[in-house]
Amino acid sequence: MTICENNVAKIEAICKEFNHDKDELINVLHQTQNTFGYLPEDVQEIIAENLNTSLAHVYGVVSFYSFFTMTPKGEHPINICMGTACYVRGAEKILHEFRTLLDIKVGETTKDEKFSLSSLRCIGACGLAPVVLIGDKVYGRVTLDSVKEILDEYK
Amino acid sequence: MDTISIKIDNKNFQVEKGTTILDAAKSVGINIPTLCYMHLHDLNTTHNPSGCRICVVEVVGRKNLVPACATECLPGMEIKNQTIRVLNSRKTILELILSDHPTDCLICAKNGDCDLQSMAQQMGIREIHYKGEQSHYIKDTSPAIKRDMDKCIGCRRCVTMCNDVQTVGALSAVNRGFMSVVAPAFQMNLEDSVCTYCGQCVAVCPTAALTEVDHTNLVIRALADPTKTVIVQTAPAVRVALGEEFGYEPGTIVTGKMTAALKDMGFDYVFDTDFAADLTIMEEATELLDRLTRHINGDTTVKLPLLTSCCPAWVNFFEHQFPDMKDIPSTARSPQQMFGAIAKTYFADKLGIKRENMVVVSIMPCLAKKYECSREEFKTNGNPDVDFVLSTREFARLIKQASIDFDSLTPVEFDHPMGESSGAGVIFGTTGGVIEAAVRTAYETFTKQKLHKVDFKQLRGMDWIRESTIDFNGTPIKIGIAHGLGNARKLLQEIREGKSQYHAIEIMACPGGCIGGGGQPLHHGDSNILLARQKALYSEDKAKVIRKSHENPSIQKLYAEFLEKPMSEKAHHLLHTRYFDRSTHVEITKD
Repeated sequence: MTICENNVAKIEAICKEFNHDKDELINVLHQTQNTFGYLPEDVQEIIAENLNTSLAHVYGVVSFYSFFTMTPKGEHPINICMGTACYVRGAEKILHEFRTLLDIKVGETTKDEKFSLSSLRCIGACGLAPVVLIGDKVYGRVTLDSVKEILDEYK
Repeated sequence: MDTISIKIDNKNFQVEKGTTILDAAKSVGINIPTLCYMHLHDLNTTHNPSGCRICVVEVVGRKNLVPACATECLPGMEIKNQTIRVLNSRKTILELILSDHPTDCLICAKNGDCDLQSMAQQMGIREIHYKGEQSHYIKDTSPAIKRDMDKCIGCRRCVTMCNDVQTVGALSAVNRGFMSVVAPAFQMNLEDSVCTYCGQCVAVCPTAALTEVDHTNLVIRALADPTKTVIVQTAPAVRVALGEEFGYEPGTIVTGKMTAALKDMGFDYVFDTDFAADLTIMEEATELLDRLTRHINGDTTVKLPLLTSCCPAWVNFFEHQFPDMKDIPSTARSPQQMFGAIAKTYFADKLGIKRENMVVVSIMPCLAKKYECSREEFKTNGNPDVDFVLSTREFARLIKQASIDFDSLTPVEFDHPMGESSGAGVIFGTTGGVIEAAVRTAYETFTKQKLHKVDFKQLRGMDWIRESTIDFNGTPIKIGIAHGLGNARKLLQEIREGKSQYHAIEIMACPGGCIGGGGQPLHHGDSNILLARQKALYSEDKAKVIRKSHENPSIQKLYAEFLEKPMSEKAHHLLHTRYFDRSTHVEITKD
C-alpha cells in the first residue's frame, strides 16, 4: 500500500478537524470520501492511525454503510432512484438495463472508469418517476429504450 | 442503594436500580437462556449486544418482547418468562439461527462443548422449519487459529475480547445484513492481520467458528513412527486445569495422572516445561541484573524496565503494535522454546541421536505457542526445536481417543533430567508468577544473601495491573505486573511517554496468565475457575522442596556440563532470541 504525502496531509487535516476522536469516525469517513471520491485501503489505514483505532474497525464501518465505497467512482456516476414511486414505475428494470449495457454490477465502475453505478432512495422528484441521476443531471420518466440514448450522450 | 420492586413469573422481589432483567432473574434462581451474552465477572466485561434475542421475555404492558440481557428493570415491572409466546419466540429465533448453520455436529470440533448445540438440546429442537440461503465463506487457517465463518452465529463475543479486553483489533464485524461476518480488515487472512494468536476469541466462541489448529493427528503419527524418539513437555498451567475435562473440580492438581497418561500413550520421555522455566529465570534474572547494575552505575543507554518475554502472544503484540520498543523486552526465549533448543542439542547428544530423529511435543494452555514453534528463528536447517503443540483441550481429547481411563491412572513422576523443577518454575503459569520466580533468584544473586522468605504475596493476585517495590537489601526494585493485553498496552504507553518508573514488568497476554490461556478447558466466563487454578499452582509451589530456580540440581548440571554460565555465548545462541518489526504501515511517497 502506498499513498502520497499530500493526500496523507489532507486526511490528517480532516482527522484534526474532528479532534482525532474515534467516535467521529463516520464523520471523518464522510469528509474523506468527499475529498477522494472513495475510501481505498491505504486511506483507511491512515485514518485508523490518526484516530488511534483499529483498521478492522474502520473497515467494519466502511463495509457496513452502503454510502461508503472502496472503489473509485467513474467520471460519470450513475444513480438510479429505487424509492417507492420510482420502484413501482419500473426502476428495477431500468437498473437492470444499465447493468446489462455497462456490464457492471451496482457499486462497480466500468473498466474505462467512465461510468459507475449505484442506487439511492428517493431524491424528492417522485413526479418524474422513474428518475436517474448522472452526475448532477436529472433524467425523469426514463424508459427502457431511452437508457442507451442517455448513455450515448456521455460517450 | 436504591431498590425497586419487580415481579418475574409469580415471584415478587426487590432488585437494585439499574439491574437488567437477566441479572434480576438470576438473583432469584430463574434461568433465562442466553446465547450471545457473555459476562466476565472479574474482568469487568459484559457483552450484551442483544443480538441473538434468545433471552426475550414478555413485559406486561409492552407490545414487543424485550431482550432480558439489555433491558433494565423499572419500578413495578411485571415480567413473564414462561408464556407460550415467549417459549415459541425463542424456538423460532433458534430455528432461524440454525437455518443458516451447518448441521454437521457429529464431526464438529466443538461436538459436546458447543453453546448452540446445548441450546438446541435444551429447547428440544427436532426440526428446522425454515429453509433458506446458507452463508459460505472460505475457511481461513493460520498457524494457530482456524476460522470457519459458516459456523459463526454473529454473537460477536470474539469482537469484544479482541477489541475491548485485548485491544488487539484484529477482528471486527464487517458488511451488513446477510453478508455480515466477523473478519479482519479487508477480510484478509488472520495470518496477515495484527492477530497475536492469544486465542481469547477461541476461548469465548460459542460454536466452532473459531477453533485451534489441531495437531493431535500429527502427534499420533509421530508416536507410531519407530524411527522417532518422541519427547513431551507439559506447561505449568496444564496440570491444574486438565482435570476439569475429566470431571474434576477446578484447581485439582493432576500432575502425576497427566504424566502417567503421557507414558501410557507411548511418549519416550515425559519432561516438564517447569524445568525450562527455571532455565528461563537463570537467563532472564541475569539479564535483569546486568541491566540494573549498569543502570545503577550510571549507564544511560541501558533499557529499563526489562519486560518479560515468556508469552508468545505478548511478543506478537509488541512486534505488531509497539515495534519502536522491541529492544526493551528480555531477549530470553520462552520456556517452551528453551526446552526445545536444549532437547535437540544437549539431550539429543546424551541419547546419541540426530535432531531430525527427535520429535518434541508441547502440551500448552496456549494457542500462540503453536505459532511460536513455527517461527523461523526457532529452526535449525528447517527442523524446528519444538515440532507440535497440543492445547490442554486437544490433550484431553487425545487421552479420550486413546481410551485411557484418566480416573484410574496411578500418578508417576517426570523423567530426568528435564523433568526436574523448582517451585519457581511451577508458578510461571499464573499472572505474577514469572516475576516472583525471577525475584527469588535475582535477590540472591544481587545481594549475595540467602532469601529465607520466598513467598512474595505482594506480587500475587488477580488485579489487572499490580505494582510493588521489593527491597534488594537497600536497593528498591520497582516491579509492575499486567495481564490481559489491554492492560499491557497501558503500561507500554507509559514507557513510550517516558513516565514508567519500573525496573521490571511482567506481562501475560491472557486474563489470569496461562491459567486463563486460549487453549485451556473453557471457563465460560467463570473467574472462580481461574482463581482455583491459581491457588493450585501456589500450593504446588509450596509443596516443592526446591523453591528457587538456581537451586534446581538439573539446571546446575546443565550449566556445568553444557552451557557454562547464564548469558554465555552458547546460552546466547540457544536460549535467546531477537524481535522483529511486524507493523504494517502504509508507505508514504513524495507524489
